Amino acid sequence: MLHIYCPYCEEYREEEEFRPKGEAHIARPAEPEATSDEAWGDYLFFRKNPRGLHHEQWYHAAGCRKFFNATRDTVSYQILETYKAGQQPTVTAAASGKKVAK
Amino acid sequence: MSQRNRIEQGGRIDRSRPLRFSFNGVGYQGFAGDTLASALLANGVDIVNRSFKYARVRGIVAAGAEEPNAVVQLGATEASQVPNVRATQQALYDGLTAGSTNGWPNVDRDLMGVLGKVGGKFMPPGFYYKTFMSPASMWPKYEKYIRKAAGLGRSPRERDPDIYDHINRHCDVLVVGAGPAGLAAALVAGRAGARVILCDEQEEMGGSLLDSREPIDGRPAADWVAAVLQELGAMPDVLLLPRTTANGYHDHNFVTLHERRTEHLADLAPAQNGRRTVRARMHRVRAGQVILATGTHERPLVYANNDVPGNMIAGAVSAYIHRYAVVPGQRLVLSTSNDHAYRAALDWREAGREVVAIVDARGNPEGDLVAEARKRGIRIITGSAVIETRGSRRVSSALVAKIDLAGFKVSGAVEELACDTVASSGGYSPVVHLAAHTGARPEWRDDVLGFVPGKVKGMIPAGGVNGVMALAEVLADGVEAGCRALMETGMKAAPLRLPEVRRVREGKAAALYQVPHVKPAMRAPKQFVDQQNDVTAAGIELATREGFESIEHVKRYTGMGFGTDQGKLGNINGMAIAARCLGQSIPETGTTVFRPNYTPITFGAVAGRHCGEFFDPRRYTALHAWHVEHGAKFEEVGQWMRPWYFPRGNETMHEAVQRECRAVRENVGILDASTLGKIEIQGKDAREFLNRLYTNAWTKLDVGKARYGLMCKDDGMIMDDGVTACLGENHFHMTTTTGGAAGVLDWMEMWHQTEWPELEVYFNSVTDHWAAMALNGPNARKLLAELTDIDLSKDKFGFMDWREGTVAGVPARVFRISFTGELSYEINVQANHAMHVWKALFEKGEKYGLTPYGTETMHVLRAEKGFVIIGQDTDGSVTPEDLGMQWCVGYKKPFSWIGRRALSRPDTRRTDRKQLVGLKPLDSKLVLDEGAQIVLDKEVKIPMPMVGHVTSSYFSPTLGHSFALALLKGGSQRIGQTVYLPMADGRVHAAEVVSPVFYDPNGERHHV
Amino acid sequence: MSDLSIFDLNPAAGAKPESPLAMTRVTVATVASAAKAGVVVREHAFLGHLILRGRASDPAFCAGVEQALGLPLPLKMGPLSRDEARGVSVQWMSPDEWLVIVPAGSEFATEKRLREALSGHYAVMNVSGGQTVLELSGPAVRDVLMKCTPYDVHPGHFPVGKAVSSVFAKSTAIIRRVAEDRWELVIRRSFADYLFRWVLDASEEFGVHVVQ
Repeated sequence: MLHIYCPYCEEYREEEEFRPKGEAHIARPAEPEATSDEAWGDYLFFRKNPRGLHHEQWYHAAGCRKFFNATRDTVSYQILETYKAGQQPTVTAAASGKKVAK
Repeated sequence: MSQRNRIEQGGRIDRSRPLRFSFNGVGYQGFAGDTLASALLANGVDIVNRSFKYARVRGIVAAGAEEPNAVVQLGATEASQVPNVRATQQALYDGLTAGSTNGWPNVDRDLMGVLGKVGGKFMPPGFYYKTFMSPASMWPKYEKYIRKAAGLGRSPRERDPDIYDHINRHCDVLVVGAGPAGLAAALVAGRAGARVILCDEQEEMGGSLLDSREPIDGRPAADWVAAVLQELGAMPDVLLLPRTTANGYHDHNFVTLHERRTEHLADLAPAQNGRRTVRARMHRVRAGQVILATGTHERPLVYANNDVPGNMIAGAVSAYIHRYAVVPGQRLVLSTSNDHAYRAALDWREAGREVVAIVDARGNPEGDLVAEARKRGIRIITGSAVIETRGSRRVSSALVAKIDLAGFKVSGAVEELACDTVASSGGYSPVVHLAAHTGARPEWRDDVLGFVPGKVKGMIPAGGVNGVMALAEVLADGVEAGCRALMETGMKAAPLRLPEVRRVREGKAAALYQVPHVKPAMRAPKQFVDQQNDVTAAGIELATREGFESIEHVKRYTGMGFGTDQGKLGNINGMAIAARCLGQSIPETGTTVFRPNYTPITFGAVAGRHCGEFFDPRRYTALHAWHVEHGAKFEEVGQWMRPWYFPRGNETMHEAVQRECRAVRENVGILDASTLGKIEIQGKDAREFLNRLYTNAWTKLDVGKARYGLMCKDDGMIMDDGVTACLGENHFHMTTTTGGAAGVLDWMEMWHQTEWPELEVYFNSVTDHWAAMALNGPNARKLLAELTDIDLSKDKFGFMDWREGTVAGVPARVFRISFTGELSYEINVQANHAMHVWKALFEKGEKYGLTPYGTETMHVLRAEKGFVIIGQDTDGSVTPEDLGMQWCVGYKKPFSWIGRRALSRPDTRRTDRKQLVGLKPLDSKLVLDEGAQIVLDKEVKIPMPMVGHVTSSYFSPTLGHSFALALLKGGSQRIGQTVYLPMADGRVHAAEVVSPVFYDPNGERHHV
Repeated sequence: MSDLSIFDLNPAAGAKPESPLAMTRVTVATVASAAKAGVVVREHAFLGHLILRGRASDPAFCAGVEQALGLPLPLKMGPLSRDEARGVSVQWMSPDEWLVIVPAGSEFATEKRLREALSGHYAVMNVSGGQTVLELSGPAVRDVLMKCTPYDVHPGHFPVGKAVSSVFAKSTAIIRRVAEDRWELVIRRSFADYLFRWVLDASEEFGVHVVQ
């Protein structure tokens, strides 16, 4: 049971209030019709699934109904930060010097 | 039977409150304050169980959660049966009824015992697999008997009348374990004003202090316990939870506590003031800091026949004497590797019974307790250990010999000492289980001769679990843990005087796990490591010889630490033995992973209040009471309770549905459509948003009009559908499927919030706000006209229009949309007024034959028209074109709407995709099974290519024959062909492929 | 052609409304006197419920709401704007969403007042038929709430005047603390029977009284 800080409600809430929505920062290609089949397939189906730091999208379903992002360590399950939709993470594999398995 | 092992003075029992109880059908007496185990020992009951695999007789070994043998079946009635209760943790109450969990047909004469005795030597690890696994087909037959013989209790066959619940708690500091460290930590945190929860699994808080020989502040330790508990109890933000086991430790300091609230009182939870009370409660605790003060489990030594009743761990002997005034035997031999266990011999002597000898593995033991034993003239045999006990149903003697610790061998003559009790101690293992639940690997410490908890964020171990053993240091460690927890929480600790405790000097313990025998382990009598799972030292040796090198594999091969035991007494010994056999150190060998639950918890506590009628929410429409009153049968759709059909008299479902169908086609019927998802959309970009969301175009939909729309995911597969009406230029009313409502709203929010935040549009669910009643049939107009001020004429209110007005005096929006193909009006009113309108329709409707219909009739009618239901006729792999709904796809829309791009991928362009078709069974009475697979040639042998499946199938009273919808490969090209549907029973049905629209293909009936 | 379709959904006269709990059975043992109960449960049915959406960063929007409702617009999660005497409250639901509750029958007038006071990108949606309010009072309410919601209801974390939405049993609810021992739950119509009976079941051990 994770304890998750909602950046909109500005407090920690229980995991039950949230729904996980998979990898964050999957932007829809701006011009879908000009996107190759392969690139469109990558956008639809391919995800990083890293061991270590992972940026993922969460939805505060039972609270403010806002989507936001979390940086979570998939080994320790520690959540290192949460941030609003449209913002960029400050804790990254590059920034922390942590090795992320490909 | 008298309580022959009860001593007259002392103990924490109440001799003025005798209690009757029965065990395996025999009546006994104990006292208030007893556990079932202490009461059995007081009565001299040696045998409490048969062992799991070898069916050996077993007695009580321990006094707490670590007890491996006295795992009993509790319950006076069938409904109150509880399996896997440790007798050492079950408080005695008047009338308690318990029995052994093993032993078939009974514990004293056990059929499996014959196999165990005869075949004992021939039952190595893997015996059952090796012996009974071939032929594989016979395993189910063997298994039935093996399980019966080897079970660990059984669940009740009747409904449990008790209630359970969950409670959510939050605290600054959760202290697990109310021994000296836990109490000290809780006191520090409580005095600082922190929100504290202190839980302890035992009947009484105090832990080791309840059987301590050492005074605190010059008074009995139990007095200090009482004073601390009184102070804590008076603090408003401190919660004391006795009889409460921290059974699982999860992420981010989420800990579940299993509180047994009435199990010490009676067989079933007693009512209070006529109100039900909660038998067990699961506390779901989110803690800022967790102070783990779970103490240690004493390790027994592993020697031959160490499972004969009368063999106990040393600390349990002290606990029974001090806490329960029970001396569990007459003549004691103590075998130890450390000073601390000397307490057992001293306590035994003080209780007036004979200590035959203390056998100490160390050559030159020295320490305060050793000196005290010497002073009392107790014989101490040094450099030695008990290598074997003798006796069939109770220990009759112990074989003692000099041992060479380093060489792992017996190094001197064997002496046989007559005795009835052998207490042993191989040291103290920190109770690391909870910390291990989080995934933290325990860490070995040579100075402790045990594993201590690995690091967990927000967890502070204190006292025994932290490898701190002497009482004075344990108290200090508890205080420090409390201070650290406060600091982490941002609070300040008040100065606290440490209570005064006499420092007891203890010598260094020896590292002894398995005791060598004169014979090698494989030939010596069994040396048990894990008594609950019948794992022996020889079994572990064999496992390592057979190539199991990882401790996790050894565990699985032998069963060590499995199930309800979770390796409390045996694991460290087992790992030490495996390490010795593998020629490596214990830290190199590592530990197995301890998992929740720490001790078994009941399913009742897991379920809490979420059972029976509260298992899942049931959602009701505003018209539900009417449906109930009119005999509706209900169907659960999502969480909604929807009328399925309304049988009259003795009608079968088929008869009712046929009648309801005819009523709609010939007169008028009404459906409660309130469960459909409804989303209100406002904003100047609402139309643009709809254009991006739906596959079809919304640019030209006028105010006053409604349109059917399809939604895809971005992979081009249909996710939902529904009708959306234009209420105003910037205002739309969307409907979704019943099951898809919440998902569609979340979907819209996701796209708006994360992809298109610039669009000025807001959405909100109005599903519950509006009640919807769908009036369908040729008489719909005439009936509605009697109740509304809306002009219903064809020219003023056409198909796919909506109008605002009143119905039966209630403001309403009426939509001329149809899911049946008939003339139809869907009346929407504010839900609080729905019952008034519904009843008014029925008052006027009788003369028009108004008939309520349910979801089954709705399904038949819509399927006759070829209208799909998303989720029934589609499964997430179906595109709009697969359904033949090209008319609903706006390829010319400027924005590449959700799903558009994927529809031009090669896979979605294939011509052999499964497409929606109608099926007309050649046998016109035959209703095909939904889900039935379709093949093209009925002669083809298995395996044959399957080309599709039936998605919806009914009998139509209107058509006079059965019909179905199906998804069929290349279906649109197969109209007119015959396909086959092989059934599991060998029959093969045949059906003609036809258009999915069976009725009124030109829509003449609703354009009236 | 109009931008919006809004109208009063309450009938002029005659039609008797039914609360979401009209069909609900009480199946637990209750206590006859509210004074002796640990928990007293009552429904405040038929209130006006409006969802207000808009930009909190727009001063004109905030001012407009305050002008229309006579209450300041809460700009963060937690503190409830509430005038008990007038029966009006405004609750933060999300950075761009508020729940406005007004006395029964006044929701349409309130919506019109808001629309007169507001302009630009905003929305007002009537959800009065879809929600109802349960009031829980008495000394054991906090214990009951702890059995229902994972949200921390300790007074140090949930002072009087706070309002949150969270998980409630296996559904959701808006939880508002309106006085020391008095709380309100705003619940959805279709879940009302389940939640009401859940609350009663969880309250039984403390002695529960239902105000009819």
